[in-house]
Amino acid sequence: MNIAKPNSYRSGPDERGHFGIFGGRFVAETLMPLILDLEKAYTAAKADPAFQAEMNGYLKNYVGRPSPLYFAERLTEHLGGAKIYLKREELNHTGSHKVNNVLGQIMLARRMGKKRIIAETGAGQHGVATATLCARFGLECVVYMGAVDVERQQPNVIRMEMLGATVVPVQSGTRTLKDAMNEALRDWVTNVHNTFYCIGTVAGPHPYPTLVRDFQSIIGNETKTQMQEVEGRLPDSLVACIGGGSNAMGLFHPFLDDPSVEIFGVEAAGHGLTQLHAASIAGGRPGVLHGNRTYLLMDADGQIQDAHSISAGLDYPGIGPEHSWLHEIGRVNYLSATDDEALAAFQLLSRLEGIIPALEPAHAIAKVMELAPKRPRDHLMVVNLSGRGDKDVPQVGDILRGKSK
Amino acid sequence: MTTRIDTRFAELKKQGRSAFVTYVMAGDPDLTTSLDIVKALPKAGADVIELGIPFTDPMADGPSIQAAGLRALKNGMTLKKTLELVRDFRKDDNVTPLVLMGYYNPIYIYGVDKFLADAKTSGVDGLIIVDLPPEEDDELCIPALKAGLNFIRLATPTTDDKRLPAVLANTSGFVYYVSIAGITGAAAADANAVGEAVARIKRHTKLPICVGFGIRTPEAARAIAEKADGSVVGTALVDALKNSLDAEGRATAKTVNAVAELTAALAQGVKGAKQAAE
Repeated sequence: MNIAKPNSYRSGPDERGHFGIFGGRFVAETLMPLILDLEKAYTAAKADPAFQAEMNGYLKNYVGRPSPLYFAERLTEHLGGAKIYLKREELNHTGSHKVNNVLGQIMLARRMGKKRIIAETGAGQHGVATATLCARFGLECVVYMGAVDVERQQPNVIRMEMLGATVVPVQSGTRTLKDAMNEALRDWVTNVHNTFYCIGTVAGPHPYPTLVRDFQSIIGNETKTQMQEVEGRLPDSLVACIGGGSNAMGLFHPFLDDPSVEIFGVEAAGHGLTQLHAASIAGGRPGVLHGNRTYLLMDADGQIQDAHSISAGLDYPGIGPEHSWLHEIGRVNYLSATDDEALAAFQLLSRLEGIIPALEPAHAIAKVMELAPKRPRDHLMVVNLSGRGDKDVPQVGDILRGKSK
Repeated sequence: MTTRIDTRFAELKKQGRSAFVTYVMAGDPDLTTSLDIVKALPKAGADVIELGIPFTDPMADGPSIQAAGLRALKNGMTLKKTLELVRDFRKDDNVTPLVLMGYYNPIYIYGVDKFLADAKTSGVDGLIIVDLPPEEDDELCIPALKAGLNFIRLATPTTDDKRLPAVLANTSGFVYYVSIAGITGAAAADANAVGEAVARIKRHTKLPICVGFGIRTPEAARAIAEKADGSVVGTALVDALKNSLDAEGRATAKTVNAVAELTAALAQGVKGAKQAAE
């Protein structure tokens, strides 16, 4: 790609929500006034010290931040190369990084006087985080989840219901995350006056990719400080899994202008890139869906194709627009890991470190297994352990016992 | 530029009646049947035809139109074939305005310039692209106007007076007022609220205003026709089509008539309306 390098990789998007050609506001007119209101409310909140102060209180005492930066000694020994640190987002309340963003959006919803919260969810981690904060603040919560995902992520469905949320299984289309997002948009277009749409990833119409990124950037900011404390310098590389890409963007963004830091995003290669997969950058091209222009999996007619990943949280045919831009401009390297590689990594981390990862970050661990051995022992590699694996235990148990594949 | 849309609304104004606008999905349930249906619509009383471009992820559409799009796609419908359908329709009908309605991605992937050239040659008069608000006018709206096609914008109950001028700025042909906040085929529109909204929009534009979403019966169509320059019916026609299919979702001998008969009944409703107050 012959694109001129910008002075900063952190200045986007422009006022119309564009990262290069990506992003934008491709929504129905009914929703346009709502996203303009949201943008205004977010700009005001950002400028209000009371907003950040209140959020910091909840981040510390409710979410349990900062999350530890943990030296994975046995994984490091086993791989025999780079020194591997895990950013322990799985230790957050609700068990993943999703809560960082949901807290921010729920605080915004409260400022805007919205009493009803809707969300889409794939693996159920964003749904659980949303249901949790709605319970905490006494808000109505409706979560749209593809019927296929309801089936394979039962523990999270039960959690959401225990927290008082209504989980709506989505039967349209491929019955996974993209259809859950369509259905959430249909709800929002119908219930415009009282409803706040809490999007779970760095995608959707502007300003969502920006505000989700900002709320998740606490991951990278903490990592920078913690690494300075432990090693006295910047890490040499960062690795994170990508569905829509919120945990990755949260870790990457604060480091984009540190040229010594190599950055790797890991998409889900499913059964392999020549078969069914969910790797939009590796196997897709730019198109328009769900309010933004970004890399998408589609056919020659522009029809969106089915994604596949063993991990419901990565099973999405698109990716956040800022990732598409970072790919085209060459700042971040996008790799992919198959279902089988993720399963192997899931087991390795469980056995070596006593940490059962979610299937999503198991994709990142899978690429660490390739990258770390090729790097010297003084290379500092940070991998975002974005969620814990409890939700995946029944599914992985079945696979390992040979019951299903 | 004067399109078939402008000519048709001028004629109707002279006749003192409101337009009846029908929506069907291109290629539903298959290309041949769909062409027969589109040909039957003007004979049954449709004044303007909206033809849906099938898309996998129609986020502003209810279950009926979602299913119609999937039926068409399953039988191999594409944007290219949609344009061929229009070209075939134009062989016998050079006066009925035809508007393509859908989502941006298939057009973006086809290529905007090539699409506009091919649409114009095929006999398309205008475009309604649901996910292109005025904020994204550079994408397709401005190029479409330059290519001599109308770009028909949706105004909704959430489009307030402050925003209306932006929505109307590059709109041509007619304004499509979405009578409810919601998806196609959902709640029924309240005729009085629609009347107020139409009057509000009329203060900002001289363009005809057609009203859609939530109109299913001849009575409802008549009530809206008394308040607006046109009423749009889609989901009810798509449902009539679906109910005529066999168990495997294939067209039967009844399919074309099922749509034509409901179109005729709805057209009667519209034509029975008192002239809208100016």
